[in-house]
Amino acid sequence: MTELKKISSSPHVRHEDSTTGIMLDVIIALLPAAIMGIYNFGISAFILILVCIASCVASEWAFQYFMKRRVTISDCSAIVTGLLLALNLPASLPWWMAVLGSVFAIVLVKQLFGGIGQNFMNPALAARCFLLLSFAKPMTTFVYDAVTTATPLAVLKAGGQVDVLRMFMGSTAGTIGETSAAALLIGGAYLLFRRVIDIRIPAAYIGTFTICIAIYAMASGRGLDIAFITAHLCGGGLMLGAIFMATDYVTSPITAKGRLIYGVLLGLLTFILRSPWNPATAAEGVSYSILCGNLLVPVIERFTAPKAFGKGAEKHE
Amino acid sequence: MRLLTFQGGIHPYEGKELTMEKPIEIYLPKGDMVYPLSQHIGAPAKPLVKKGDSVLAGQRIAEAGGFVSAHIHASVSGTVKAIEPRLTAGGNKVNSIVIENDGKFDTVDFEANVKPWEELSREEILALIQDAGIVGMGGAGFPTHVKLSPKHVDQIDYIIVNGSECEPYLTSDYRRMLEEPEKLIQGLTIVLKLFPNASGIIAIEDNKPKALKLLKEKTEGMERITVHSMKTKYPEGAERQLIYANTGRYINSSMLPADAGCIVHNVDTVVAICEAVCYGIPLIDRIVTVTGDAVANPVNYKVLLGTNMQELIDATGGFPGKEPEKIVAGGPMMGKALFSTDVPIVKGSSAILCMLEDEAAMYEPSNCIRCGRCVAVCPGRVNPSRLAKLAEHGKLEDFVNEDGMECCECGCCSYVCPAKRHLTQTIAATRKSILANRKK
Repeated sequence: MTELKKISSSPHVRHEDSTTGIMLDVIIALLPAAIMGIYNFGISAFILILVCIASCVASEWAFQYFMKRRVTISDCSAIVTGLLLALNLPASLPWWMAVLGSVFAIVLVKQLFGGIGQNFMNPALAARCFLLLSFAKPMTTFVYDAVTTATPLAVLKAGGQVDVLRMFMGSTAGTIGETSAAALLIGGAYLLFRRVIDIRIPAAYIGTFTICIAIYAMASGRGLDIAFITAHLCGGGLMLGAIFMATDYVTSPITAKGRLIYGVLLGLLTFILRSPWNPATAAEGVSYSILCGNLLVPVIERFTAPKAFGKGAEKHE
Repeated sequence: MRLLTFQGGIHPYEGKELTMEKPIEIYLPKGDMVYPLSQHIGAPAKPLVKKGDSVLAGQRIAEAGGFVSAHIHASVSGTVKAIEPRLTAGGNKVNSIVIENDGKFDTVDFEANVKPWEELSREEILALIQDAGIVGMGGAGFPTHVKLSPKHVDQIDYIIVNGSECEPYLTSDYRRMLEEPEKLIQGLTIVLKLFPNASGIIAIEDNKPKALKLLKEKTEGMERITVHSMKTKYPEGAERQLIYANTGRYINSSMLPADAGCIVHNVDTVVAICEAVCYGIPLIDRIVTVTGDAVANPVNYKVLLGTNMQELIDATGGFPGKEPEKIVAGGPMMGKALFSTDVPIVKGSSAILCMLEDEAAMYEPSNCIRCGRCVAVCPGRVNPSRLAKLAEHGKLEDFVNEDGMECCECGCCSYVCPAKRHLTQTIAATRKSILANRKK
């Protein structure tokens, strides 16, 4: 016996997936939407994305460095937060507001509660709502093709007609990342393929919302208006929210059953916030729904705790 | 047919290709033999020999210290050198009988008292199994005669032979099934004789098609024995999951398999029963897989119990390249890491796994990101991330209320955790301390 070997308690092998790897997958999945955003809204969108990512990473580093904590920017989660925040902002937003939002997301929402995994709200969404409340005008002014335009949902609300195909491809007004349902679906497919996200949340969310809006369409005398329903599905950040924000691990339930309930709840909330008897246009209905949902996660988890294997089993006598 | 399985589980790298096609080789030890007096659950055995005594292979050198205990037999001929505490694979020192091997391998007359097993009564068969010192050879080491003596004999419906061998790298049971299927079937037939209402199941994962085919052929026409094909997934062979997959019955931590009308045996154990009852041979050897990327020639050895692990590693050609970072007794999921290989093979040693890299030490744990993978894979259907948090915060009451004691420590949660948290380790340590406090 020459030397003592390393010991530790079992198991002695690990799966190769890591937190960093998962974050990189999310970034890859967001690229189509980001590229479509830059294509649609031009260089200002590109700059805003860079500003958000840089200020998120910088504020995470600064907070951890000055608080003498382990610096964890290499896990790439701050990049995800920055990218998600940028995709939730109008391209015309002044850069300093974006910086403010980034600092709010990272420092107040994430780090003050203990850093990655500890925040009870989605940092990017909380920052978006913070900016909405603070700077209502620039946050709801959407410029498309150098012209200030109403978002498709606002047009719908006012009784107008929208071009569903353009909405699906993304050439309409809106925040940088929310307009192209096609790009978002590609990203979602990638995340599902890589098994990063659980299909339960987006499926339950979009499914519930679709049923509600279809019932509404019938009840309001439109009949089963496919164009109307599709417009609602593609507009207002529903895809971005359902695929990328509602599936945020930290702020969604950990149990399979809980995820279904959470998705259904988000679908209902979004429908209520978007519904015609809500006087506001509620372009941010999705954001508010998910934030409300975040707060209910502990309750949902409590009632959907898994039942242990063999619990209640009876002895064969 | 739908493959039998359970909910949850993982698919780690199997590593079985290293030794799957390698026939069992017999290894005859040269060095001293060490027999720990406690290699089973229950009271330690009491030595029957003293220093200086000469012994024969197969001679009983220690007798059971109670009903829940097991005899120990010498596996070589030679002289008792010492009875002293020796290091075991568990990491602690256990009082052991050390025998200087004379290299002759003279045995006692095994066949002296052998009678045709068909003529034996239930009590006689159980006595033969007890006399042979047989314990569960999957690792836990529960004395087999105790397992075969449940309260209500007529209420046992299934005898399940666990041929799943779901731990990566292990191929000892597989080779046993391929090379000695008759003994396995014979052993199971003997056990079935003890339980008039039971049917026998040989459950094998579908990554061992040859074993499945062979045993199906050999058991054709046998009314009481069926061969089940199970999905290849870890931990398919965990007792509770195995019972569920094969019978649809649930048991929990407060039940024994017999409470659900089931008895589960390891492949090697069933073969040992056959050898004891039909040939009078006590438990003195077992199959051990010596494998891993550090080993020159991975092999399946038939090893005499008491053989030194380092001697066994050297016999395979040692480590030609880099020294391994970690050596594990057993498989990578539930095996025990060895800080020294100067320990003996015991009744529950299924493998020696020599790994060039220690994956467990490669990553530093970070915050839980609540991805839910541990919950999804947990075969015990608990919430490992939450239990580990409760354990870290010392909330033992909540830990018990949220079914922390139902954890079977299979390791799936730690395996999948992307934050590389030591979930299994934290939960296992807490369970241990709670159980220890209950005994006080």
